[in-house]
Amino acid sequence: MVEFALNHAWLVPLLPALAFVIIVFLTQRWKRLSSLVSITAMLGSFVIASIIAYGVFTNHEFIEKSLVYSLKWFGMEGFNINVGVMLDPTSSMMLFMVSLVASLIQIYSTGYMKGDPQYSLFFAYLSLFGASMLGLIISSNLLQLFVMWELVGLCSYLLIGFYTFKVSAREAAKKAFMTTRIGDFGMLLGILFLQIKFGTLDLVELAAAIPMFEQFGVSLGLLTLIALLFFMGPVAKSGQFPLHVWLPDAMEGPTPVSALIHAATMVVAGVYLIGRTLFLYVQVPGAMEVVAAIGAFTALFAAAIAITQREIKRILAYSTVSQLGYMMLALGVGSLSASMFHLWTHAFFKALMFLAAGSVLHALHNKADVWDMGGLIKKMPITGWTFVVGGLAIAGIPPFAGFWSKDEILVVTMEYAKHGHALGYVLFGMAAFTAFLTAFYMWRMIFLTFFGKEKAENHPHESPWSMTAPLIVLAVMASIGGLIGTPWANIWGEWINFGEVHHAEPALGLMLLSVILALAGIGLAYTLYCKDGEKKTARKLAENYQSLYQLSYNKFYIDEVYAWFTQKIVDGTARVTYYFDIYFVDGIVNGIAAVTRGSGKGLRYLQTGSMQTYALVFFLAILVITVVLAFGSPSLASIMGGVK
Amino acid sequence: MTFPILTTTLLAPILAALIIVFLPKENDKLCKSVAAVGTGIALALSLYVYFGYDQSVGGLQWVDFGQPVPWIKDLGVTWYMAVDGLSLPMLLLTNLIGFTAVFASWNVTHRAKELMILLLVLIAGVMGTFIAQDLFIFLLFYEIVVIPIYIMVVIWGSSKRVTKEYAGMKLTIYLLMGSAFLLAGVIALFVNSVNITGIADMSFEGLAQVAFPEQLQIYLFALLLIGFGSLLSMWPFHSWSPDGYAGAPTAVSMIHAGILKKIGGYGLIRLAIVVLPLGARFWAPYMAVLGVIGVAYAAMGALAQKDLKYVVGYSSVSHMGYVLLGLASLGIIGINGAVAAMFAHGVMAALFFSMIGFIYERTHTRWIPDMGGLAHYTPKLAVGFMMAGMASLGLPGLITFIPEFTIFVETFKVFGLLAVIGIAGIIITALYVLRAAANTLFGPARPEFSHIKDLKGPEMVPLIVLGTVLVVGGILPSLLFDMIDSGVAPLLAHINDVLQIGGR
Repeated sequence: MVEFALNHAWLVPLLPALAFVIIVFLTQRWKRLSSLVSITAMLGSFVIASIIAYGVFTNHEFIEKSLVYSLKWFGMEGFNINVGVMLDPTSSMMLFMVSLVASLIQIYSTGYMKGDPQYSLFFAYLSLFGASMLGLIISSNLLQLFVMWELVGLCSYLLIGFYTFKVSAREAAKKAFMTTRIGDFGMLLGILFLQIKFGTLDLVELAAAIPMFEQFGVSLGLLTLIALLFFMGPVAKSGQFPLHVWLPDAMEGPTPVSALIHAATMVVAGVYLIGRTLFLYVQVPGAMEVVAAIGAFTALFAAAIAITQREIKRILAYSTVSQLGYMMLALGVGSLSASMFHLWTHAFFKALMFLAAGSVLHALHNKADVWDMGGLIKKMPITGWTFVVGGLAIAGIPPFAGFWSKDEILVVTMEYAKHGHALGYVLFGMAAFTAFLTAFYMWRMIFLTFFGKEKAENHPHESPWSMTAPLIVLAVMASIGGLIGTPWANIWGEWINFGEVHHAEPALGLMLLSVILALAGIGLAYTLYCKDGEKKTARKLAENYQSLYQLSYNKFYIDEVYAWFTQKIVDGTARVTYYFDIYFVDGIVNGIAAVTRGSGKGLRYLQTGSMQTYALVFFLAILVITVVLAFGSPSLASIMGGVK
Repeated sequence: MTFPILTTTLLAPILAALIIVFLPKENDKLCKSVAAVGTGIALALSLYVYFGYDQSVGGLQWVDFGQPVPWIKDLGVTWYMAVDGLSLPMLLLTNLIGFTAVFASWNVTHRAKELMILLLVLIAGVMGTFIAQDLFIFLLFYEIVVIPIYIMVVIWGSSKRVTKEYAGMKLTIYLLMGSAFLLAGVIALFVNSVNITGIADMSFEGLAQVAFPEQLQIYLFALLLIGFGSLLSMWPFHSWSPDGYAGAPTAVSMIHAGILKKIGGYGLIRLAIVVLPLGARFWAPYMAVLGVIGVAYAAMGALAQKDLKYVVGYSSVSHMGYVLLGLASLGIIGINGAVAAMFAHGVMAALFFSMIGFIYERTHTRWIPDMGGLAHYTPKLAVGFMMAGMASLGLPGLITFIPEFTIFVETFKVFGLLAVIGIAGIIITALYVLRAAANTLFGPARPEFSHIKDLKGPEMVPLIVLGTVLVVGGILPSLLFDMIDSGVAPLLAHINDVLQIGGR
């Protein structure tokens, strides 16, 4: 059975793809049936993915050599593309995680989306997304991966704009597509470079060819350029600065979508992709530094925005951006293990928090401002306490999952610094400070939402089982999911790594530091937003540091800059081009026509005048052109007469 | 003597047109049905020919009557109907669009009988250009195409910025001007070939064997480039295209953007590049520059539009820039990509124009700011619109992506930074497509459109047929690419031979 699953890994994406087709063409009319089809397919994928994970993680061979099989997709002389499956511990882990989270979120959605007129369509989209995402994970070829990459982007677009009657949703969807497209442009150039220089896009062949890049006539500078261009794709998809702007707006989509696509799975595709192509990045230290720096900066930058946001999903979105920055940082300092580990734990605790937030929104009828909430934990205990588990995990309190993975990232960053990279100390400082901010803004939200005084106008109620059961499963994963990667028994690092297996000594000092930072953050949040019932200090702080507060609250005005650029520069150029076209280019055309027509009229008066004007225009035009061409230049005249 | 299946395919719409002549004009449904049957037969036959073509053998197959039939002996003109991997995708495209164009005109009641007759003649004319292997016949069919288009635009057209008479006139004069250049070039080509070889032979195959001197090739190529280029809406000879499409009735826009333009690209390969490789080598860098300008310029132009048809009109100019760029690479990958892109764009543009046509019939506007929220009332129409839009912006998984990518692979290698500017066009394309889609389909439902109905019955045909091709071609690109490669590879081998012998 294990053998079968390993050799038929393409079934994992295929099942949800079939579900999509079935729902769209057959079952759309029956809502329950549609969701049943979708969930069954995803659970089927989950089962196969689990067997695959079992097969891969019980066989040490797969660490060294991935299982690859492929077939020809299309080709011609000098350009052949195969599509196939590439299984190794990293991709198996991803398959397992994505199919699990997707199954849970689909179950959750049966409750959350109940009563929506587009219920079936929602499940169709979720299935299509699942298929593309799982397909992305197993891709053995960069072009195949790019196709899936764009398809998850399409699903993201469709699902962000799912509430088509909302203008804000429509605009957010467009923004998401456009921003990621800018990244994809760079990525496409990177892929083209690889194809042209190395003659292949197959991941295995590339991994073998790139270390010998000089034999392919590629200089280190060019390889760095390729790596950086390629990195633009992940920057956009994984919401890294400066292309992060779409991700917070993406929260316009239904909450299960935010949890699945914009927290747990699609947005980490960029991280996964860099991990997949780490063989390229390790060759170019310059590009690695950029990855690390952008990651660390994004982590800090997004956290600095999150501390002042008011909407529950927006806070979570900036937190996602920030955590993705951590993952990029880990990759940039060269640790696939740490990055993938954080990706793994983050998927659970962030999906958990989004779903819990969805449960809150469901109960409060989409009232999103955390300042209007309070004391919800009494009426919604399951939602509240699972959220608290998520909060502990992301803040980095042991033994919850986030602690271990974040600690690992701090450790590898510190080691990077110690190995002669002065930049490493700065990155470490940023990462550590981000840890403090994370604990603070997350618990600010938790205290404001679930603790403190209840608001009389709210009538919260606990959500149905279909929604709370996934929360509980995710809460369990968020609690214990990190135990497979503790420094004392780092099973994770043994399996998922790049190059030499890395054995870090348990760094107790760093652990202590990160716990202190987390507790300090939680403590500060408690003092400001829970102990102080009137939140006087918090308000006063905001008033005293008005400019800083506004800067953070307005997201450093990046959106405004982009909007200005699009509306003034791009649209301005477009208008100029258009006017140039209708007045200058067309002006010449019309001018020629007018001259011809004028002479035609003149001739008509000389003659009988019975011919249609345009017939004359035709005739004259042809005549004039032929004559001019034939006799206008001596060489052309010789052509018309043939070569003597 | 083999059965002349290509001539039969050509005659199917003509026969249908002849039958319609004798039908009562009050019974427009009957006229349309006969047209649908005629184009349907042509489509079925071209599918049969497409999948019956033996790619491992390659070359010209399905030769009607087994061999060229002499027609005008003194000029070496023969009735030479045959197809290879280059013609077949274009033939299939013609019939896919021709068939769906009938259904896209299903709601036309104003002089429907005449519309159908002209439409069928138009389809036959276009088809003829792709299956004729004789230059003279090729030109003959090309001229046949021009006349029905003018009449159709003037009678059934509609426009806002310019009058439909202006649009029709502009379209026609441009086409005729292009053909004047073409004609001059072709005559010179023929005269010289007779002088060099002493034999009058008008077949493409024969002309390709003639060793024209390099200087002559350069001059002739320029004439053909202007001629075919204006048909392909090559910048700066593009300005007929947005006005023309906007003025034309849906079926004409579909056929014009979908296939007629492709005669330009097809002719550039079949005649200009293959017969005049040295000229092609000289002009290739200029073609690439014009192609890139076309991509960027028209994409910017599309961004400034508020009329849906103008958006797609400019967009098609922009896409043809990619085709020109691919052709200019003069490499097998780039030309394969360019041909595939012509096919892909044809399907996409036809679907786009048919959907816009349906929207216009329902809302009586194409002005984007006046629309919004249509998806609430017409979900199926919205699906078609979105599929076309997504194909337009080159979404992977749809037919347009792999051809574009293939073009990029070659042109990036050959032209470097110049190609990058062209590739950057994908960003602008996404911007105008998504804006048009968002402002037309999404947002709050508008009560003034609450009466409009979704696609149903015959109106579904364009969406089903073209949508299927979009998806299948995206998932299985080899269906298209293997065919094109079998046609382009021998041509390219010939060109490379010439370039090596005749090159410096």
